[in-house]
Amino acid sequence: MSGQDPVEIFRQEAQELFEDIEQGLLDLAHRPGDRDLVDAVFRGLHTLKGSGAMFGFDALAAFTHHCETAFDRVRKGEVAATSELVGAVLACQDHMRALAEGRPAEQADGDALLAELHRVVASAGGGEAAPAPAPAVPGLNTWRVKFSLPANALINGARPLPLLDELRELGECTVVAVTDAVPDFDALVPTQCHLAWDVTLVTQHGRDAIEDVFIFVIDDMTLDIQDMTAAPPEAVEQAVVETAPAAVAAQAAAPEAANEGRAAKAGGDTVRVPAERLDEMMDRVGELVIAQSRLKQLAASSSDIALRAVAEEIERLASEMRDTMMVVRMVPIAQLFGRFRRLIHDLARDTGKTIELSTEGEATELDKTVIERLADPLIHLIRNSADHGLETPEQRIASGKPAAGHIVLAARQSGAEVVITITDDGRGVDRARVRAKAEENGLIQPGQVLSDNELLQLIFAPGFSTAAAITNLSGRGVGMDVVKKTIEGLRGAIEITSTPGHGSVVSLRIPLTLAIIDGLLVRVGTSRYVIPLSSVEECVELSIEQDIRSAGRSLITLRDQLVPFIRLRNMFKTGLAPDPHQKIVVVSTGQERVGLVVDQILGDHQTVIKPLSPFHADVGAFSGATILGDGGVALILDIGSLVAAGQRQDAQLRAAG
Amino acid sequence: MNTELADGPIEALTFDLYGETFALEAGLVREVLDLLPETGVPGAPAFVNAVINFRGRVIPLIDLRVAFDMDAREPTIDSRIVVIEHALDGEPTLIGLRADKVHEVTTIHRDITEEAPRVGLRWRADFIRLLARRDGDVIVIPDLDQIFAARGQSTATVTPIHASQA
Repeated sequence: MSGQDPVEIFRQEAQELFEDIEQGLLDLAHRPGDRDLVDAVFRGLHTLKGSGAMFGFDALAAFTHHCETAFDRVRKGEVAATSELVGAVLACQDHMRALAEGRPAEQADGDALLAELHRVVASAGGGEAAPAPAPAVPGLNTWRVKFSLPANALINGARPLPLLDELRELGECTVVAVTDAVPDFDALVPTQCHLAWDVTLVTQHGRDAIEDVFIFVIDDMTLDIQDMTAAPPEAVEQAVVETAPAAVAAQAAAPEAANEGRAAKAGGDTVRVPAERLDEMMDRVGELVIAQSRLKQLAASSSDIALRAVAEEIERLASEMRDTMMVVRMVPIAQLFGRFRRLIHDLARDTGKTIELSTEGEATELDKTVIERLADPLIHLIRNSADHGLETPEQRIASGKPAAGHIVLAARQSGAEVVITITDDGRGVDRARVRAKAEENGLIQPGQVLSDNELLQLIFAPGFSTAAAITNLSGRGVGMDVVKKTIEGLRGAIEITSTPGHGSVVSLRIPLTLAIIDGLLVRVGTSRYVIPLSSVEECVELSIEQDIRSAGRSLITLRDQLVPFIRLRNMFKTGLAPDPHQKIVVVSTGQERVGLVVDQILGDHQTVIKPLSPFHADVGAFSGATILGDGGVALILDIGSLVAAGQRQDAQLRAAG
Repeated sequence: MNTELADGPIEALTFDLYGETFALEAGLVREVLDLLPETGVPGAPAFVNAVINFRGRVIPLIDLRVAFDMDAREPTIDSRIVVIEHALDGEPTLIGLRADKVHEVTTIHRDITEEAPRVGLRWRADFIRLLARRDGDVIVIPDLDQIFAARGQSTATVTPIHASQA
């Protein structure tokens, strides 16, 4: 736990900050007036600067300082958050990322970025009328500010004195320390903050300016600001009573705000755990389940009621623990989708197209490792949509569409799979061009008859690219085939549909997790095997007559179609007599089907996939193993190779017959 | 793993296979288990025909007797599984080894060890890293890298085929 490199911790923290800042900036481009967003970005930059300096990232801290200063002016309302400014800060942010990750970053680049930033800030400040800095208050107001910090504030690095100094900068202050909460000397913990402050401030600034002083600590502290201007100073006591309802209202509002803050935090309140540790935990749970099953056996043979009760309790806990472990690895896909907003921003800039991105189903959960491996393929697909799919605004208007192109990124769960679709409302795939290109590249014969689906699938063929001009974004002819490979590596599938003139839809079907599959547990001889449920089509009985009749040809008729079947008992050489009521599990890989004859179907089983050692990698029929509830091991059948074996057998039979 | 042993004495776990005594460096050994329920892997060679559940992991169970041309014996009350950690293709991998009987950890001094002789041995010479003399008997220190690389294919008489395979 303690072995983590502090620099690495900072980088992780910085990574999160960058994401927050980036999201804030992108939101700001849509809602330039949103004060909360401005504050959030500012806070992010400030924290980044602070921690950067603390961990020795001086260049980063210095660079960030300039951005922070620029944003401070936005926050104070001196400068409007124009899209130009947002763009400039985004560019700076990339530079900061490079600095944080220790990549070589040219000083000159940084200077150029800063020069651009300053220019933009100057033009934004000078050009547009900046929003009035706070409500213009003529004359002086008197405020009574009461605040206290949580006891652990000092440990967390909050310091009351600079806060008081900042208040003093706003105007004339009378500061009274409230010492009511200070305990007896014996009970005094010197590292805790026991003081509260009661400040009477005479200033021309408004409430916002005072709240700004506490911007970094406001989440945890209690703050009460009262406007005393109306009340003559000698009637302070009176005023407190008179304004009590207001104070109550303010106090009532404060916890609400705090709650909001907490709710927002709860969404991102996560613990970072290396994936190996989760795997280790998974192993431990596996052990627990085995020990539990032994206990269960012992308890069953004992007459001790108390022992049985405990055994049952532990059985329940172990199975709950198992279920919990299954979901621990899942993270919402929002994490992934969030990254693409920046991509769209950049793509719009580079292509000169107006692009809108909307996302759906961000709460859909996927295994963490799957999410990471999906990032690159999705970037490719989105680039393709933006670059090839969407037209320029002029073309769009000419064909009667809104000028802004629309890309929808959607995710939804469907059984044990997640379906991710990338939909654009662009020009659609140009079939004639695809065909011409494929013929030119020798992928198909000239004039070869292809179904529409086959034609579209050509896009994923290696070395295929329809872009007439190779742009910076896509069209290098690598990409779509890599996308397809990656998706297939995740045991997923990719499909494309397209309507000329109305856009294309690319759908990815991805299993929820690489670590867990839903399987059908079957028995062959004395061993148990798992068949991935996603490839199971149906189960039928192999009657004795059928069994005898089909002894020679191993084919059954299923809804007027001949399906070859494999007797797993023979294939696995169990050497045992078959059960009287054998079952056929019909499995398929998309197009081809094959029946697997098993002795018994034991039921469905959610399964943690364990890899097989290199010793068994070449056996072929198995894609992994899993540990069953009783501690036994079941092998997971590799449907691809079994179907291939079935097809071979079928072909042999046809050749022979 | 396959680097030359240090000149110092070897701390080794000794175990029996078909009446012969074998030794493995104690540092490799993770655990010695009683027999567990095994799951056969259809289609796998006899050398590694099963997997077991070792603390929530599925690990291969290796029968060194196949590599040394010994007949399999029915398990007895003394049968054990020695779990070792060994680098396979650069990955540290847990592997179970069948043993007919496990003895103590002993110290093998370098002056009683010698290279396997080229002749007079029923076994593939490259499967043996060292032989050690003890009380008029011989302890075999197998070369696991070679054995695993050859997937335990024993017959020393057809060495050329194995050489081409390796």
